[in-house]
Amino acid sequence: MALDAGLVGRSYPPSAVYEVGREKIAEFAAALADPDPVYVDPAAARAAGHPDVIAPPTFAIVLSLGAGNVVVEDPEVGLDYSRVVHGEQRFTHHRPIRAGDRLVATATIDAVKTVAGNDMLTTRVDLATEDGEPVCTTRSMLVARGTA
Amino acid sequence: MSPRPTDVEVGTELPEQTSRVTRADLVRYAGASGDLNVIHWNERVAREVGLPGVIAHGMLTAGLAVRAVTAWAGDPGAVVDYSVRFSRPVVVPDDDLGAELTVRGRVAALLEDGRVRVDLTVTSGGDKVLSLARAVVALG
Repeated sequence: MALDAGLVGRSYPPSAVYEVGREKIAEFAAALADPDPVYVDPAAARAAGHPDVIAPPTFAIVLSLGAGNVVVEDPEVGLDYSRVVHGEQRFTHHRPIRAGDRLVATATIDAVKTVAGNDMLTTRVDLATEDGEPVCTTRSMLVARGTA
Repeated sequence: MSPRPTDVEVGTELPEQTSRVTRADLVRYAGASGDLNVIHWNERVAREVGLPGVIAHGMLTAGLAVRAVTAWAGDPGAVVDYSVRFSRPVVVPDDDLGAELTVRGRVAALLEDGRVRVDLTVTSGGDKVLSLARAVVALG
């Protein structure tokens, strides 16, 4: 089933506040076997010019996965999740995510298209502090493989 | 030591990085990321949906690949943009060795304000698993 082009621009209510913790950043860096001290050692992070430990460049996926679910589960979008694979991912950092950030995620449908029977849905998630400072923009393209 | 904008030119190569991904790494990444999709840990379900076996999370591959850039840049906060296309799944065998991932990077463009674009070539078993893998790094 082709996705409705009229969905482009649809935005969803902002998420609850996500508080970024040092332990969560350390857990994520460990899952990438990344020994960089700026992820775990506040003193090393300060020496590099950051107020606290920062998160790896792909950490924002933790928040964007959750925020993107509202799109995937939107019955009017009608995406068949059993056929979905992750096609593309982009992170644009306005500044590094760091421990202590209190972030709100807002999802918007950026693009829909159907190519050779495959539905492609691009969701943008804007991450900002609860005070409104932009921190990171993620774009996720999901592909629902055609059954033809 | 972080490279300065004047130290790099189009064609500058980053140190090659190799890493291994085992089933245990997939479990750890599933927990850390919150991506609990069964195709990343259950062989039976992975085969039922037509995959050759359990595959790595695309974002695990992407997260491992960008380490080559953050290590070169010196400060992970210097990566201001990172994008990937998942072109081929990384099949992770049920053994102690897992899958091997090789990451090569080269400076592909010099941008404004001391920024450079690094293009990554990410392969597993000789196959390209990411395409259009690009990072924009603010140097100096």
